[in-house]
Amino acid sequence: MASMRDIKRRKGSIQSTQQITKAMKLVSTVKLQKARNRAEQTNPYFNYMYQTVTSMLAKSGSINHPYLNKGDSTKKAVVVITSNRGLAGGYNSNVVKLVTGSEELAKEDLEIYAIGNKGKEALERKGYAIKEEASGIIESPSYEDAAMLCKKVLDAYVSGEIGEIYLAYTHFKNTVSHEPTLIKLLPVEFDEEEIEKAADSNVLMNYEPNEEEALDMIIPKYVTSLFYGALVEAVASENGARMQAMDSATSNADELISDLTLKYNRARQGSITQELTEIIAGASAIS
Amino acid sequence: MADDSRIFQVEIITPDRVFHTGEATMIEFNTAAGELGVYKRHIPLTTVLAPGIVKIHNDGEEDVIAAVHSGFAEILPDKVTLLAEIAEWPDEIDKNRAEAAKARAEERLANKTEAVDVKRAEFALRKALVRIDIAK
Repeated sequence: MASMRDIKRRKGSIQSTQQITKAMKLVSTVKLQKARNRAEQTNPYFNYMYQTVTSMLAKSGSINHPYLNKGDSTKKAVVVITSNRGLAGGYNSNVVKLVTGSEELAKEDLEIYAIGNKGKEALERKGYAIKEEASGIIESPSYEDAAMLCKKVLDAYVSGEIGEIYLAYTHFKNTVSHEPTLIKLLPVEFDEEEIEKAADSNVLMNYEPNEEEALDMIIPKYVTSLFYGALVEAVASENGARMQAMDSATSNADELISDLTLKYNRARQGSITQELTEIIAGASAIS
Repeated sequence: MADDSRIFQVEIITPDRVFHTGEATMIEFNTAAGELGVYKRHIPLTTVLAPGIVKIHNDGEEDVIAAVHSGFAEILPDKVTLLAEIAEWPDEIDKNRAEAAKARAEERLANKTEAVDVKRAEFALRKALVRIDIAK
């Protein structure tokens, strides 16, 4: 049986770890609230964008536009959004698994645009080609940052370097559930049903300067808005995941501490009993 | 009082927030094809925005003025929605910064070299001018 001193020391160390996890949980709770508000505020913009683009496509279904057709190149770009810090449970590894586990995405064809240190490191270790890294922007995502990175990827797409663009991030459903998600950004794919529904609404929309030019300008914005939305949701998910991880760490520590307390008390009781038997045995030997 | 038959809804949405929602009898803004004024029952139109000032008129109330830099507008008979990448109220604009941006863009345009992205500099200049204009 471990000595009383060992048990006591172990208990102390767990207690101080628990204090850290407790503090981290509180911090990420606050951050989560902020991030969630932001994610909610970007929603109307995105929804409206989606509606507009689907209704545009519904009316100009046969348009032949580079953004709507698959590029010739077999190369695929994947934008991977993870966090810069760990201790968030499976948050980072789930996103990485999504990329490594996908059958459509062969390792040789991929070019990774990494946002977030953790994802970049993990993919680098597995031998993926990292084309570009922009881990700084996850700290406080702004629309300009998203637009800038998006432009780089789009330029590579338009120039034919890459044929498809994917986005891997964690979708923020609600505080307790976050879903690692892989979506295809370009070529743009839409739900047929949605498009039909949009076509049914019998508003005859006109475009200025003309449909193609309008598409030309709106699709990049649509992609950027998807991108920005993903970024904001990823931040919310990160904090949500960390909050959960830290919450369970704190309760695990509680469990360990109560277990150790029991052991400690037993060891103390044991040593008292032993001392007593020794004294009694000594006394009876003398008499 | 404005009578109902002339009022329509106006929404300005940016990626970060719903910038403005309200009613109007007329809205003016700048598009890629020139300035545009919209009343109720305009034909449905989607158009690309250019940097400029948005003026929302509503009878009996003060005009609402804001700077909008890029994006597009969707006009329906009873509703106008501006999806702007950047939108600012006059009191949010830092005039000194705008002046500095204007000087920078002008300088870049004045001594053009290979490295200067003329389109971008022009866009920056137009943005700066709009900001200065509205901040007055």
